[in-house]
Amino acid sequence: MRSDRRSPAYQRLTRPLVREDGELRPATWDEALDRAAEGFRGAVRRHGPDSFAMLSCARSTNEMNFMAQKFTRAVIGTNNVDSCNRTCHAPSVAGLAAAFGSGGGTSSYREVEETDLIVIWGGNPRNAHPIFFQHVLKGVHNGARLFVVDPRRTPTAEWADRWLGLNVGTDIPLAHAVGREIIRSGLVNETFIRRATTGFDEYCELVEPWTLSAAEAETGVPAGTIRELAHAFALAERAQMCWTLGITEHHNATDNVRSLINLSLLTGHVGRPGSGLQPLRGQNNVQGGGDMGAIPDRLTGFQDILDARTREPFERAWDTPIQPYKGKNLTQMFEGMDEGEVKALYVIGENPVQSEPETETTLRRLGRLDHMVVQDIFLTRTAEQADVVLPASAAWCESDGTFTNSERRVQLVRKAVEPPDGARDDIEILCALADRLGHAWKTPTAEEVWNEVRALSPIHRGMTYTRLEQEQGLQWPCYSEDRTEPTYLHRRLWSEDPQERGTPAPFGIVGHSPPVDLLDEEYPLRLTTGRRLDDYNTGVQTSGFSSPLRRGELLEMSPEDAAGFGLEDGDAVRVSSRRGSVVAPLSVSAGLRPGLVFMTFHFPDQVDTQLLTIDATDPVAGTAEYKAAAVRVEKVERAEEVEGAETGDRAPAA
Amino acid sequence: MTAAPETPVSSGPVPLAPPRRLVDVTVDGEQIRVPEGSTLLDACEAKGVDVPTLCYGDTLTPRNACRICVVEVEGARTLAPACSRKAEEGMSVLTDSERVRHSRKLVLELLGSSVDLSTTPGVPEWNERYGAAPDRFGPRADPAPLGERDARHAGEHAPVDGAAAATVEQPAKDDNDLYVRDYGKCIMCYKCVDACGEQWQNTFAIGIAGRGFDARVSTEFDVGLPDSACVYCGNCIEVCPTGALSFATEFDMRREGTWDEERQTRTTTVCTYCGVGCNVTLHVQDGEIVKTSSPHDNPVTHGNLCIKGRFGYQHVQNAPGKRQARGGGETMV
Repeated sequence: MRSDRRSPAYQRLTRPLVREDGELRPATWDEALDRAAEGFRGAVRRHGPDSFAMLSCARSTNEMNFMAQKFTRAVIGTNNVDSCNRTCHAPSVAGLAAAFGSGGGTSSYREVEETDLIVIWGGNPRNAHPIFFQHVLKGVHNGARLFVVDPRRTPTAEWADRWLGLNVGTDIPLAHAVGREIIRSGLVNETFIRRATTGFDEYCELVEPWTLSAAEAETGVPAGTIRELAHAFALAERAQMCWTLGITEHHNATDNVRSLINLSLLTGHVGRPGSGLQPLRGQNNVQGGGDMGAIPDRLTGFQDILDARTREPFERAWDTPIQPYKGKNLTQMFEGMDEGEVKALYVIGENPVQSEPETETTLRRLGRLDHMVVQDIFLTRTAEQADVVLPASAAWCESDGTFTNSERRVQLVRKAVEPPDGARDDIEILCALADRLGHAWKTPTAEEVWNEVRALSPIHRGMTYTRLEQEQGLQWPCYSEDRTEPTYLHRRLWSEDPQERGTPAPFGIVGHSPPVDLLDEEYPLRLTTGRRLDDYNTGVQTSGFSSPLRRGELLEMSPEDAAGFGLEDGDAVRVSSRRGSVVAPLSVSAGLRPGLVFMTFHFPDQVDTQLLTIDATDPVAGTAEYKAAAVRVEKVERAEEVEGAETGDRAPAA
Repeated sequence: MTAAPETPVSSGPVPLAPPRRLVDVTVDGEQIRVPEGSTLLDACEAKGVDVPTLCYGDTLTPRNACRICVVEVEGARTLAPACSRKAEEGMSVLTDSERVRHSRKLVLELLGSSVDLSTTPGVPEWNERYGAAPDRFGPRADPAPLGERDARHAGEHAPVDGAAAATVEQPAKDDNDLYVRDYGKCIMCYKCVDACGEQWQNTFAIGIAGRGFDARVSTEFDVGLPDSACVYCGNCIEVCPTGALSFATEFDMRREGTWDEERQTRTTTVCTYCGVGCNVTLHVQDGEIVKTSSPHDNPVTHGNLCIKGRFGYQHVQNAPGKRQARGGGETMV
């Protein structure tokens, strides 16, 4: 089945726009920058610096993200800076930091090729991270076993020795049952647990109720297969635990991450070559954006903002005090708009109108702002709401800088083409605004910005541009210019010397919490969301090329359910949740189990899946539960209903 | 410096590959020392001897299909392909002996007479170096109509009269917006099949069909790419040595006569899509991205990309209207 409703490719922005009498009109750069700066100045004057919020860009360079958080902290004076990091992997960062004190994946791609067991939990890297999956397949061809845990039988699962098709939102019962089975079978790594962890007894109590049969009843995975995973994981010499958004886009996502980390602590599969934890990041620089401090609770180099000793060097370098408390994360920023706490928003390269759950709510909240500036390469739906639109260059090919990938590798980004006439570099725009707000930052080069990062962040200190060029990127930590550290983290946990071992890793004591959006007779189907191979996120970038694989938005449903509802491939169906409804063509897919339906969010201009999703969020990391909505599906009989058939249950903001 | 450097928590040896022994070999009378496991091609390159290669790929296991890299190993009955033969202690190799020159000349003549090598780098120079005359087998036979070669079955051949040199030439297969398969330029080196198969992509969209001179690279049942298992990663284009596989942009520009590699810059940056961090080399001509590749020695990609990394660059340039695939051949517009 293929949906023919497509949107035309976006055109690059080449002129600044300002809002006048309710409409956006072209303006000169000077006028637009003056308007942008004046709006920020006014908000800060009237409501204080915490009325400002910055959405930085996980697609842009480390250097831009460093400057964006510096702008927020040093020019405005608030810690309200965050990025779409929040909508995907913030729980991975929070979970890893809670266990190990550092928010990065612990191993490297190369180690996946040289391991004995690969577990991919809540992810479909065959489609969403294809080149990472090539490393997985090298491992498989080298003899590693592959277990895939996912509600859908994805193209990734098709390569697995075992596919564990669990019910959406039952990851914690499954992980706990695996943990209990490892404990009950006497397969725990006692040395590692004694030396390097805390809370083992409490963990044993926690998982005790999750017998194999109790877990089978809750997760839908046969008890024998759960047992197989437990024994394979515990007995493997080396094992990799990998996950993506199937773990993190839930209301209890940080708990999900902790439950997987527990399994690595139980078996000692961390801190050794070939054994580790790998969250696969979904955007080119979402790791780097957080590393640079474009998050509300950390300074550059993942340093705790609550610690006066880490703030001090920044305060000295920038000659300004830094607020000693955490700023608002993305979710709190949007809630703060409703409550009148956030009055001015600076959005760099993000599209929250289409990427946040509950589109109508997002629009209403943005409508309450006094001032919104959007800096982007396209006039996105978010930019259409702005007071000032600033045309930017595309970071990855029109500017110099660095990105940091999922294995913590910082790599050089180089300018290959000129931006279109009229568009300007992100850092240049930030500096022009800082200048208007009384901070004369003469526009630095990317390398100069990077050297400031290196001065402030110990884990980046050894990475000069010259070394990054010569060594095809370097992984953090890299403390010194004359050495490289191991490719995996947390070797310290294995040390016999308690001093070197440092803080032990605590087991996460986390309970099961089913999806917030309950299934009932009215909404009997579980909708989950994900990516396809050739499309990306809200489709703004991928609409630019013509993919022979592109099928448009579809509702995928199991053959059993389709037969039960009397539906056929290609039928137009109305998908309704408690929040809204959309119409999409039906695609019958054998990869889905009965009771489960699937959509992407790549084609929001045709079918706005976010009208259906729920914004129940994770209390620790603030990530929304995109992966679990309750819906019903009905056949649409009349053709005219298909046109403009989207409805939300709230009126959009003006 | 404003912050005290943090003491690294774990210091100790970084695991490295075990050390390799060195072996001594003689290339054209001169001794050279290479790490154990090196090929004769590595040894020749280390000595600065140019050995022509076609089917060899630096990211692929050698197939020994083309035989253009053969060298003479002292004491061996047959010539050895340098790209796959491992250097052994005491081995003596000749790279420019009469046997080697004769063999390379014949390979160039057989390939040159039957395949369109006009976009294969190095061929004119090699023809001159080895005195190859591909046209000595007579005028070239007419290209086959589209699909004719794909429909051939083993044992169903009419006798030939020898008046013209048989070729594999046929119209290019242009059935999608992203890339073109011009099998009149295919030397059957197998590299695309290996890159699509278990060495890298593991998609298995293409394989070898037919026997003998009819052998060709084909999708399952010769269906068009859009109906095949192809996922448009372009990793076959990355390894194709002759230009049989090319980006639609390159194919169109060559046809229009505007493709000019001397005017192109190549800049390696990092892909803008997922967080894996693939290195992408952008080939830019007159300010427009016309092609992408990836460094073969890159630890993330080993020269491979996915459909988004390979083709998803177009959003940065306000390109004019979309290209229309021409269907099967050049005659169909």
